[in-house]
Amino acid sequence: MYAEGEQTGGRTKVERTEREMVVTRSFDAPARILFEAWSKPELFTRWWVPKSAGINLLSCEMDVRTGGSYRLAFGDDPAKAMTFFGKYVEVVPNERIVWTNEESDQGAISTVTFEERDGKTLLRFSELYPTKEALDEAFVGMEGGMPEQLDQLEVLLVELTGA
Amino acid sequence: MVQFAAPRLDMTFAALSDATRRGVLEQLARAEASITELAERFHMTLTGMKKHVGVLERAGLVRTEKIGRVRTCRLGMLGLHEEAAWIGSYQRLWDTRFDALDAIVEELKARETNNVR
Repeated sequence: MYAEGEQTGGRTKVERTEREMVVTRSFDAPARILFEAWSKPELFTRWWVPKSAGINLLSCEMDVRTGGSYRLAFGDDPAKAMTFFGKYVEVVPNERIVWTNEESDQGAISTVTFEERDGKTLLRFSELYPTKEALDEAFVGMEGGMPEQLDQLEVLLVELTGA
Repeated sequence: MVQFAAPRLDMTFAALSDATRRGVLEQLARAEASITELAERFHMTLTGMKKHVGVLERAGLVRTEKIGRVRTCRLGMLGLHEEAAWIGSYQRLWDTRFDALDAIVEELKARETNNVR
Protein backbone atom coordinates (compact mmCIF):
# COMPACT_ATOMS: atom_id res chain seq x y z
CA MET A 1 0.00 0.00 0.00
CA TYR A 2 2.87 2.37 0.73
CA ALA A 3 4.96 1.13 -2.16
CA GLU A 4 5.73 4.66 -3.29
CA GLY A 5 7.61 5.18 -0.05
CA GLU A 6 9.82 2.19 -0.49
CA GLN A 7 13.30 2.47 -1.80
CA THR A 8 15.43 -0.42 -2.89
CA GLY A 9 19.05 -0.64 -3.93
CA GLY A 10 20.20 2.43 -2.03
CA ARG A 11 22.30 2.13 1.08
CA THR A 12 20.74 5.21 2.56
CA LYS A 13 18.43 4.55 5.49
CA VAL A 14 15.79 7.06 6.49
CA GLU A 15 13.81 7.05 9.72
CA ARG A 16 11.24 9.41 11.07
CA THR A 17 10.34 9.81 14.70
CA GLU A 18 7.92 12.37 16.05
CA ARG A 19 10.16 15.44 15.66
CA GLU A 20 13.18 14.10 13.84
CA MET A 21 14.30 12.81 10.45
CA VAL A 22 17.41 10.67 10.55
CA VAL A 23 19.46 9.57 7.55
CA THR A 24 22.34 7.12 7.86
CA ARG A 25 24.81 5.76 5.37
CA SER A 26 28.19 4.07 5.54
CA PHE A 27 31.11 5.35 3.47
CA ASP A 28 34.31 3.56 2.57
CA ALA A 29 36.58 6.36 3.74
CA PRO A 30 37.97 7.85 6.93
CA ALA A 31 35.95 10.49 8.76
CA ARG A 32 38.37 13.32 7.91
CA ILE A 33 37.57 12.92 4.20
CA LEU A 34 33.83 13.14 4.81
CA PHE A 35 34.33 16.15 7.02
CA GLU A 36 36.34 17.81 4.26
CA ALA A 37 33.65 17.12 1.66
CA TRP A 38 31.03 18.56 4.04
CA SER A 39 32.94 21.66 5.13
CA LYS A 40 34.61 22.99 1.95
CA PRO A 41 32.07 24.96 -0.10
CA GLU A 42 33.58 23.98 -3.46
CA LEU A 43 33.16 20.29 -2.55
CA PHE A 44 29.93 20.63 -0.56
CA THR A 45 27.98 22.25 -3.38
CA ARG A 46 28.93 19.46 -5.77
CA TRP A 47 26.99 16.84 -3.85
CA TRP A 48 24.46 18.80 -1.75
CA VAL A 49 22.94 20.12 -4.96
CA PRO A 50 23.24 17.20 -7.37
CA LYS A 51 23.01 18.12 -11.04
CA SER A 52 20.13 15.68 -11.46
CA ALA A 53 18.04 17.79 -9.08
CA GLY A 54 17.84 20.45 -11.81
CA ILE A 55 18.19 23.25 -9.29
CA ASN A 56 20.54 26.12 -10.01
CA LEU A 57 22.82 27.16 -7.16
CA LEU A 58 23.38 30.91 -7.27
CA SER A 59 25.75 31.31 -4.36
CA CYS A 60 27.15 29.46 -1.38
CA GLU A 61 28.96 30.94 1.59
CA MET A 62 30.03 28.65 4.41
CA ASP A 63 32.20 29.43 7.40
CA VAL A 64 32.30 26.01 9.02
CA ARG A 65 33.44 26.69 12.56
CA THR A 66 31.54 27.09 15.82
CA GLY A 67 29.71 30.41 15.63
CA GLY A 68 30.27 30.72 11.87
CA SER A 69 27.38 31.17 9.45
CA TYR A 70 26.28 29.92 6.04
CA ARG A 71 24.02 31.09 3.26
CA LEU A 72 22.91 29.24 0.13
CA ALA A 73 20.86 30.80 -2.64
CA PHE A 74 19.00 28.81 -5.31
CA GLY A 75 17.01 29.72 -8.38
CA ASP A 76 17.35 30.97 -11.91
CA ASP A 77 16.74 34.62 -11.13
CA PRO A 78 18.87 36.18 -8.35
CA ALA A 79 16.02 38.62 -7.65
CA LYS A 80 13.74 35.71 -6.78
CA ALA A 81 16.31 33.50 -5.12
CA MET A 82 15.32 30.96 -2.51
CA THR A 83 17.78 31.28 0.35
CA PHE A 84 18.75 28.95 3.15
CA PHE A 85 20.83 30.29 6.00
CA GLY A 86 21.85 29.77 9.60
CA LYS A 87 24.71 29.36 12.02
CA TYR A 88 27.07 26.57 12.94
CA VAL A 89 26.28 25.92 16.58
CA GLU A 90 28.99 23.33 17.06
CA VAL A 91 31.83 22.18 14.85
CA VAL A 92 34.18 19.41 15.98
CA PRO A 93 36.55 18.73 13.05
CA ASN A 94 36.21 15.21 11.62
CA GLU A 95 33.47 14.36 14.12
CA ARG A 96 30.38 16.51 14.04
CA ILE A 97 28.73 19.64 12.68
CA VAL A 98 25.57 21.14 14.17
CA TRP A 99 23.75 24.02 12.50
CA THR A 100 20.53 25.99 12.59
CA ASN A 101 18.09 26.52 9.71
CA GLU A 102 16.88 30.06 10.15
CA GLU A 103 14.95 30.62 6.91
CA SER A 104 11.94 29.39 8.88
CA ASP A 105 11.10 30.24 12.50
CA GLN A 106 10.12 26.58 12.92
CA GLY A 107 13.35 25.41 11.29
CA ALA A 108 15.17 22.26 12.34
CA ILE A 109 18.50 21.88 14.08
CA SER A 110 20.65 19.80 11.75
CA THR A 111 23.38 17.53 13.03
CA VAL A 112 25.81 15.41 11.08
CA THR A 113 28.16 13.01 12.82
CA PHE A 114 31.00 10.98 11.34
CA GLU A 115 31.77 7.79 13.21
CA GLU A 116 34.91 6.10 11.94
CA ARG A 117 35.55 2.39 12.43
CA ASP A 118 38.21 0.32 10.65
CA GLY A 119 38.71 2.96 7.98
CA LYS A 120 34.98 3.18 7.19
CA THR A 121 32.69 5.91 8.38
CA LEU A 122 29.08 5.79 9.46
CA LEU A 123 27.50 9.10 8.60
CA ARG A 124 24.38 10.07 10.53
CA PHE A 125 22.45 13.17 9.54
CA SER A 126 19.49 14.35 11.55
CA GLU A 127 16.99 17.19 11.38
CA LEU A 128 15.33 17.82 14.73
CA TYR A 129 12.26 20.06 14.53
CA PRO A 130 10.98 22.12 17.48
CA THR A 131 7.62 20.34 17.41
CA LYS A 132 5.94 17.39 15.74
CA GLU A 133 3.73 19.90 13.92
CA ALA A 134 6.75 21.68 12.46
CA LEU A 135 7.99 18.42 10.98
CA ASP A 136 4.49 17.61 9.69
CA GLU A 137 4.44 21.01 8.02
CA ALA A 138 7.81 20.33 6.46
CA PHE A 139 6.29 17.09 5.14
CA VAL A 140 3.25 18.64 3.70
CA GLY A 141 4.73 21.90 2.49
CA MET A 142 2.15 24.34 1.32
CA GLU A 143 -1.51 23.89 2.11
CA GLY A 144 -2.23 23.67 -1.61
CA GLY A 145 -1.75 19.94 -1.38
CA MET A 146 -4.73 19.50 0.90
CA PRO A 147 -7.67 18.59 -1.36
CA GLU A 148 -5.76 15.84 -3.08
CA GLN A 149 -4.60 14.50 0.24
CA LEU A 150 -8.13 14.35 1.54
CA ASP A 151 -9.20 12.46 -1.57
CA GLN A 152 -6.44 9.96 -1.03
CA LEU A 153 -7.28 9.60 2.62
CA GLU A 154 -10.87 8.92 1.73
CA VAL A 155 -9.85 6.25 -0.77
CA LEU A 156 -7.76 4.70 1.95
CA LEU A 157 -10.60 4.77 4.43
CA VAL A 158 -12.87 3.07 1.95
CA GLU A 159 -10.25 0.38 1.40
CA LEU A 160 -9.83 -0.18 5.10
CA THR A 161 -13.47 -0.20 6.00
CA GLY A 162 -14.42 -2.28 2.97
CA ALA A 163 -17.25 0.15 2.35
CA MET B 1 13.04 -1.18 3.42
CA VAL B 2 9.76 -0.21 4.98
CA GLN B 3 11.08 -0.15 8.53
CA PHE B 4 11.65 3.58 8.32
CA ALA B 5 7.96 4.30 8.63
CA ALA B 6 7.03 1.37 10.83
CA PRO B 7 6.47 3.01 14.24
CA ARG B 8 4.20 5.60 12.74
CA LEU B 9 2.38 3.11 10.56
CA ASP B 10 1.77 0.97 13.62
CA MET B 11 0.15 3.92 15.31
CA THR B 12 -1.89 4.67 12.23
CA PHE B 13 -3.14 1.11 11.86
CA ALA B 14 -3.91 0.89 15.57
CA ALA B 15 -5.91 4.09 15.23
CA LEU B 16 -7.80 2.68 12.23
CA SER B 17 -8.52 -0.67 13.89
CA ASP B 18 -11.61 0.70 15.62
CA ALA B 19 -14.94 1.13 13.84
CA THR B 20 -15.88 4.28 15.76
CA ARG B 21 -12.58 5.93 14.91
CA ARG B 22 -12.98 5.05 11.25
CA GLY B 23 -16.44 6.55 11.43
CA VAL B 24 -15.04 9.70 12.99
CA LEU B 25 -12.53 10.03 10.14
CA GLU B 26 -15.26 9.57 7.54
CA GLN B 27 -17.31 12.20 9.30
CA LEU B 28 -14.39 14.63 9.46
CA ALA B 29 -13.62 14.03 5.79
CA ARG B 30 -17.02 15.66 5.11
CA ALA B 31 -16.83 18.49 7.63
CA GLU B 32 -15.00 19.49 10.76
CA ALA B 33 -16.81 18.91 14.04
CA SER B 34 -16.45 19.52 17.73
CA ILE B 35 -15.84 16.67 20.16
CA THR B 36 -19.33 17.25 21.57
CA GLU B 37 -20.89 16.90 18.12
CA LEU B 38 -18.91 13.73 17.45
CA ALA B 39 -19.89 12.29 20.83
CA GLU B 40 -23.57 12.91 20.07
CA ARG B 41 -23.37 11.51 16.57
CA PHE B 42 -21.72 8.32 17.74
CA HIS B 43 -23.85 8.05 20.90
CA MET B 44 -20.88 8.22 23.20
CA THR B 45 -19.83 10.06 26.30
CA LEU B 46 -17.62 13.09 25.90
CA THR B 47 -14.82 11.28 27.74
CA GLY B 48 -15.07 8.28 25.43
CA MET B 49 -14.95 10.43 22.32
CA LYS B 50 -12.01 12.41 23.70
CA LYS B 51 -10.07 9.16 24.01
CA HIS B 52 -10.83 8.15 20.42
CA VAL B 53 -9.88 11.57 19.09
CA GLY B 54 -6.67 11.43 21.14
CA VAL B 55 -5.68 8.15 19.47
CA LEU B 56 -6.40 9.59 16.02
CA GLU B 57 -4.51 12.75 16.87
CA ARG B 58 -1.38 10.93 18.01
CA ALA B 59 -1.41 8.98 14.74
CA GLY B 60 -1.48 12.24 12.81
CA LEU B 61 -4.88 11.45 11.28
CA VAL B 62 -6.78 14.17 13.10
CA ARG B 63 -5.88 17.64 14.27
CA THR B 64 -7.72 19.47 16.99
CA GLU B 65 -7.83 23.10 17.87
CA LYS B 66 -9.39 24.67 20.92
CA ILE B 67 -11.23 27.88 20.23
CA GLY B 68 -12.84 29.26 23.35
CA ARG B 69 -14.48 26.31 25.06
CA VAL B 70 -14.92 24.25 21.92
CA ARG B 71 -12.36 21.77 20.65
CA THR B 72 -12.76 21.47 16.89
CA CYS B 73 -11.52 18.36 15.09
CA ARG B 74 -10.53 18.10 11.46
CA LEU B 75 -8.62 15.62 9.36
CA GLY B 76 -4.87 15.64 9.97
CA MET B 77 -2.54 16.86 7.32
CA LEU B 78 -0.99 13.47 6.94
CA GLY B 79 -2.54 10.49 5.30
CA LEU B 80 -0.56 7.30 4.94
CA HIS B 81 0.10 7.80 1.26
CA GLU B 82 1.42 11.31 1.67
CA GLU B 83 3.77 10.35 4.43
CA ALA B 84 5.12 7.29 2.65
CA ALA B 85 5.53 9.28 -0.56
CA TRP B 86 7.23 12.10 1.28
CA ILE B 87 9.66 9.79 3.02
CA GLY B 88 10.34 8.13 -0.32
CA SER B 89 11.27 11.40 -1.98
CA TYR B 90 13.31 12.45 1.07
CA GLN B 91 15.21 9.18 0.78
CA ARG B 92 15.73 9.61 -2.97
CA LEU B 93 17.13 13.10 -2.38
CA TRP B 94 19.63 11.79 0.16
CA ASP B 95 20.48 8.76 -1.95
CA THR B 96 21.30 11.07 -4.86
CA ARG B 97 23.31 13.36 -2.61
CA PHE B 98 25.24 10.51 -1.04
CA ASP B 99 25.99 8.91 -4.42
CA ALA B 100 27.51 12.23 -5.47
CA LEU B 101 29.33 12.46 -2.13
CA ASP B 102 30.70 8.96 -2.70
CA ALA B 103 32.25 10.11 -5.97
CA ILE B 104 33.91 13.07 -4.26
CA VAL B 105 35.12 10.87 -1.41
CA GLU B 106 36.80 8.61 -3.98
CA GLU B 107 38.51 11.62 -5.54
CA LEU B 108 39.79 12.78 -2.16
CA LYS B 109 41.01 9.30 -1.30
CA ALA B 110 42.86 9.06 -4.62
CA ARG B 111 44.45 12.42 -3.97
CA GLU B 112 45.67 11.30 -0.53
CA THR B 113 47.12 8.12 -1.98
CA ASN B 114 48.98 10.10 -4.63
CA ASN B 115 50.36 12.49 -2.04
CA VAL B 116 51.67 9.64 0.04
CA ARG B 117 53.52 8.12 -2.91
